[in-house]
Amino acid sequence: MFQRLLILLCLFTLPVQAEEVVASLSQNRVSITANFDGSDILIFGAVKRDAPTPEGPLDVIIAVSGPSEAVTVRRKDRRYGIWVNVDDVIIDNAPSFYAVSTTGPLETILSDADDLEHSISIPRAIQSIGTAFSTDNPKDFTDAIIRIRTQKRLYQMMPGGVELSEDTLFATSLSLPANLVEGDYTARIFLTRGGTVVDQYDTIIDVRKVGLERWIYNLAHERPLIYGLLSLFIAIVAGWAASAVFRYIRT
Amino acid sequence: MQIYLPIAEVSVNAFLLLGLGGLVGILSGMFGVGGGFLMTPLLFFIGIPPAVAVATEANQIVASSFSGVLAHFKRKTVDLKMGTVLLIGGLVGAALGVQLFNMLKSAGQVDLLVKLCYVVFLGLIGGLMFIESAKAILNSKKPGVVPKRKKHNWIHNLPFKMKFRTSGLYISVFPPLVIGVFVGVLAAIMGVGGGFIMVPAMIYLLGMPTKVVVGTSLFQIIFVTAFTTLLHATTNYTVDMALAVLLLVGGVVGAQIGTRIGVKMKAEQLRILLALMVLAVCGKLALDLLLQPSELYSIGSGGH
Repeated sequence: MFQRLLILLCLFTLPVQAEEVVASLSQNRVSITANFDGSDILIFGAVKRDAPTPEGPLDVIIAVSGPSEAVTVRRKDRRYGIWVNVDDVIIDNAPSFYAVSTTGPLETILSDADDLEHSISIPRAIQSIGTAFSTDNPKDFTDAIIRIRTQKRLYQMMPGGVELSEDTLFATSLSLPANLVEGDYTARIFLTRGGTVVDQYDTIIDVRKVGLERWIYNLAHERPLIYGLLSLFIAIVAGWAASAVFRYIRT
Repeated sequence: MQIYLPIAEVSVNAFLLLGLGGLVGILSGMFGVGGGFLMTPLLFFIGIPPAVAVATEANQIVASSFSGVLAHFKRKTVDLKMGTVLLIGGLVGAALGVQLFNMLKSAGQVDLLVKLCYVVFLGLIGGLMFIESAKAILNSKKPGVVPKRKKHNWIHNLPFKMKFRTSGLYISVFPPLVIGVFVGVLAAIMGVGGGFIMVPAMIYLLGMPTKVVVGTSLFQIIFVTAFTTLLHATTNYTVDMALAVLLLVGGVVGAQIGTRIGVKMKAEQLRILLALMVLAVCGKLALDLLLQPSELYSIGSGGH
């Protein structure tokens, strides 16, 4: 009861928002099938206004993030003539996929304080709490993870990727690469005015393996022994069958 | 045609996998090696996560060896008794190897150790085989010089002798047992069948005839890799059935072609080709360690 009152109180004390963002996706589900080779998602929406248009330039930032996990980044150096891993840094939380699409350069349409609060830019989306203690240059390691994943198109930065017309309607197209990890992908749509976030809209994209992919994955994790034996059985049958076919061809 | 691998969670070209399987299958059939020492690095190269590559490769070796061993059974070039002794050693070795691998993993630097293992063993064996078979080919061209074969060394003086009729040997059971254990350990650490170690060991240490060596090593490899596959499937969940099926479809066809090529070639020619291939893989891995990599950083999953 007390909690509800508190929430109500908070709602009333919040300033009335002049602008709201409403958005939708061309698809809320991405099905990973056997021949999955990436997917394009259209994110579109509009700005709803109850009051006259406020001052300042209006911008839209769309950030889509895949499931996060801890990763270890290792650095190689030359020791005794060969290149070996010498340093490693654990990044507490790095999204497996991260794409930011905006109406303009992120530095000009988003203030540093708001970026820090909402963790929108790629370096901010990667959380590395403990790194500062374990190495002299933790930034090199976060830079490395961004560089490597950008090359694989797992991290995408698209300034100007969002089309905004009449300061009301916006749309962007997002291409998900084939090497996707399954899970809940969050799409966050921010409305900024003069660098400050005025409204935010969140939605989920459900990325799931389906069909045979799903069945194989589940069997491997839930009945590993049966899965292992089945793998061997399929392998041996295929081996024997190919041998038999060759014998048949020869005679 | 792209295909999404359910366990590896990457999308790769299906024809690329079929081609890789076929190529390695031909070599497997020709030389009696499982081909893992080629396939595992190739899978790393096309972007399959190492843990999945190693585990799936074990499964694929079972298939490519199976069709190969059937061909050898038909020609009666499998020494079952010797194979069984090697197998007992191999299973013990594989179990030890997995323990060792996990110990090294928690100590870090397991990648380096695996690569160093490859360079050292491939270099040593490739070099020795190359020198020996080059000598044999040069000698065979001179008329009147009969290549000598050592019939007796210290190995023949050990106790618990056993008769291996197919190989025409009467030796102690210890050398094959020790070779089996050794190969099993290496198989588990390096993600290979171990044929490239076992074949030379059988020829040079045990003095087995080359024609019997190939079938017998395939026989041992099947059971050891099957055991390794099950260990990986139940502890790490890293066996990718779809990847294995694609590799083995190419692999079994390749192995049949390879076995036919192998029969038509002379033993010395086979050995010098295998030696060159082993040296090439060794050289590639050594360069990876010696030259500055273009990307100094790498991403591994999870914390420590």
